[in-house]
Amino acid sequence: MLDQTPKKVVEREALRINPAKTCQPIGAMYASLGIHGCLPHSHGSQGCCAYHRSHLTRHYKEPVMAATSSFTEGAAVFGGGANLRQAVNNIFHVYNPDIIAVHTTCLSETIGDDIPSLVNQAREDGLIPEGKLVIHTNTPSYEGSHVTGFSNMCRSMVSYLTKSSGEKKNQLNILPGFVEPSDMREIKNILKEIGVPAVVFPDTSDVLDVPQTGKFDMYPKGGVTIAEMNSTGDSQKTLALGAFASEDAAKMLQTKAEVPYEVLDLPIGLSATDRFIEAIVELTGSEPPASITDNRGRLLDMMLDYQQYLYGKKVAIAGDPDHVIAMTEFVVSMGMIPTYVITGTPGKKFVLRIKGILKDINPTAKIKAAADFFELHQWMKNEPVDLLISNTYGKYIARAEDVPFVRFGFPILDRVGHSYFPTVGYVGGMRLVEKITGVIMDRKDRDDPEEVFELVM
Amino acid sequence: MAKEMRKIAIYGKGGIGKSTTTQNTVAGLVEYGKKVMIVGCDPKADSTRLMLGGLAQKSVLDTMREEGEDVELDDVLKPGYGGVMCVESGGPEPGVGCAGRGIITAINLLESLGAYEEQHDLDYAFYDVLGDVVCGGFAMPMREGKAKEIYIVVSGEMMAMYAANNISKGIVKFAESGGIRLGGLICNSRAVDREQDLISNFAKELGTQMIYFVPRDNMVQKAEIHRQTVIEFAPDAAQAEHYRNLSKAIDGNKMQVIPKPMPIERLEELLMDYGLFD
Repeated sequence: MLDQTPKKVVEREALRINPAKTCQPIGAMYASLGIHGCLPHSHGSQGCCAYHRSHLTRHYKEPVMAATSSFTEGAAVFGGGANLRQAVNNIFHVYNPDIIAVHTTCLSETIGDDIPSLVNQAREDGLIPEGKLVIHTNTPSYEGSHVTGFSNMCRSMVSYLTKSSGEKKNQLNILPGFVEPSDMREIKNILKEIGVPAVVFPDTSDVLDVPQTGKFDMYPKGGVTIAEMNSTGDSQKTLALGAFASEDAAKMLQTKAEVPYEVLDLPIGLSATDRFIEAIVELTGSEPPASITDNRGRLLDMMLDYQQYLYGKKVAIAGDPDHVIAMTEFVVSMGMIPTYVITGTPGKKFVLRIKGILKDINPTAKIKAAADFFELHQWMKNEPVDLLISNTYGKYIARAEDVPFVRFGFPILDRVGHSYFPTVGYVGGMRLVEKITGVIMDRKDRDDPEEVFELVM
Repeated sequence: MAKEMRKIAIYGKGGIGKSTTTQNTVAGLVEYGKKVMIVGCDPKADSTRLMLGGLAQKSVLDTMREEGEDVELDDVLKPGYGGVMCVESGGPEPGVGCAGRGIITAINLLESLGAYEEQHDLDYAFYDVLGDVVCGGFAMPMREGKAKEIYIVVSGEMMAMYAANNISKGIVKFAESGGIRLGGLICNSRAVDREQDLISNFAKELGTQMIYFVPRDNMVQKAEIHRQTVIEFAPDAAQAEHYRNLSKAIDGNKMQVIPKPMPIERLEELLMDYGLFD
């Protein structure tokens, strides 16, 4: 399908072809689903909401509930205030969530609807029942990416819901970043094993990976509760995993409730997970339990056992900045050479960070933010790689260039497992080693002449 | 055979007198037996006040808001002085929603309702557009050949000329695709020094003409208080004659150009040359 992609790279300024990103509201909607009893609300036309819901469903294979202000021509001209009021009233009457998390769309952003004053007015007029909440965040899609939208909603969760009782609690705040329900579950497992009480937010485990019971539950049991969110202001510290998705919220927590924070990479791969575990045990003062160090040992063993197949292999990595940063470091630790590293999200600090990781390994690697798959494909045509790691959209390139391909990040629309098996932590690292070695060795089996076709690898 | 309707849009800085000038000009055209429609493109909906003897008009957008998209032409078209068909696009209250989108919506609706069709037998349609062309919505009358001729109301004041120059930039942008042209500048005098010279030369430099110099006269104010055009209120007044002359000038105008907007420095030089001569 992409056989016509020209080899010659032409300088482009504004045009993006197959950008490696999507709309802000998708991230905001996903983050909202990580609040218990929350109905995300899209303030705009129906099409936005329908697309964002279905895109999340295509990735998580779960129903995604969200409401919309359902703009028509009149709302565009006169403002969406009346629609939002009607929506809030209907939602609390019909669907009865604990909280509505409103995010904007390009249309409501452009006409400049003032959500906080509309919500205040709705509250004064008694449209928001006692004990119910409406929070909001601004998500214009002509700025940033879905990661920005996720980050914005996390920040709004803090600005609306964090409280300080004046008494510190023996707990951590963990911002897990724009990761899978399985990853959030794994992060909670790790914290539990170490024995650190923590509020993980947002938390989509038990929301977008619910067991099949034959019964539909509009608000599944998962998600950070409002009470837990309220208590984040009393926590000892915030660990923000992934600067792009989580730092803003952590910063807001510090400003609002004087909770200090530390930004870490997503705990994907050996070293990044080490740093995550170290940051936690630093606070407890105790050694990590054997269950965790054993997993670390197993991951390390796996990496050593199969390093011979990975050493020197050239890799192209595309995806969301926090994921790509962690993955780049991980593949380097396995002896691979990242050649092309891109994200669709704008951000110079992404480029600087990747440059830092690659300065001794491959100083001439092509690194780009606000980039697209088209250019990555062109680079790969000019100088092929041995492996492509990206979200599902990379499959077209992998097919056109006949390159081994590992699906990683958001969205994965055509494979199963990401919602259930983590890629974070040492266990997640093992899964990634399995996937990466799997495709590379499959390729070797496919291409090796008979005389070197091995039974034992 | 159907006659060719002339579609004219009047632009200019806010408060310069676009609505007053448009309605008086239209009153003049009516006296010559012309059939005219005025489309007010201002959220304040006051572009047809002098035609209707007050703000009696229900705007297109108000109607749409109340009745849904099922609007009839008769709901929004109201005949005024001399049979002039009056339409107000209307818009949101200040600080809410998007007035620009409102104009787009209103004009599209008028078109789909057939307001410009032959059976109305119109000689002229006038668009009276709010202030500066601040966004795409306010440029709507210029787009896709909706209006073919633009007249800019201007005075010898710096900001009015600055706005006129900006509007000319807008015209240039749409001239190639939409085929619109600048018909001239209407000087609505503020009685500043050497105003007539200044605006004539400003017009020349823009590549157009000062189509008429409307002197300042309290009669305009008086007529406005009575919710009438000068031509209706005081047909024998000198000012009424000026407006008739302006109507005649527009009716006979053959000079339609793509303007040449100037850099701000040149505009300031012009003011130096003509404005601050002491």
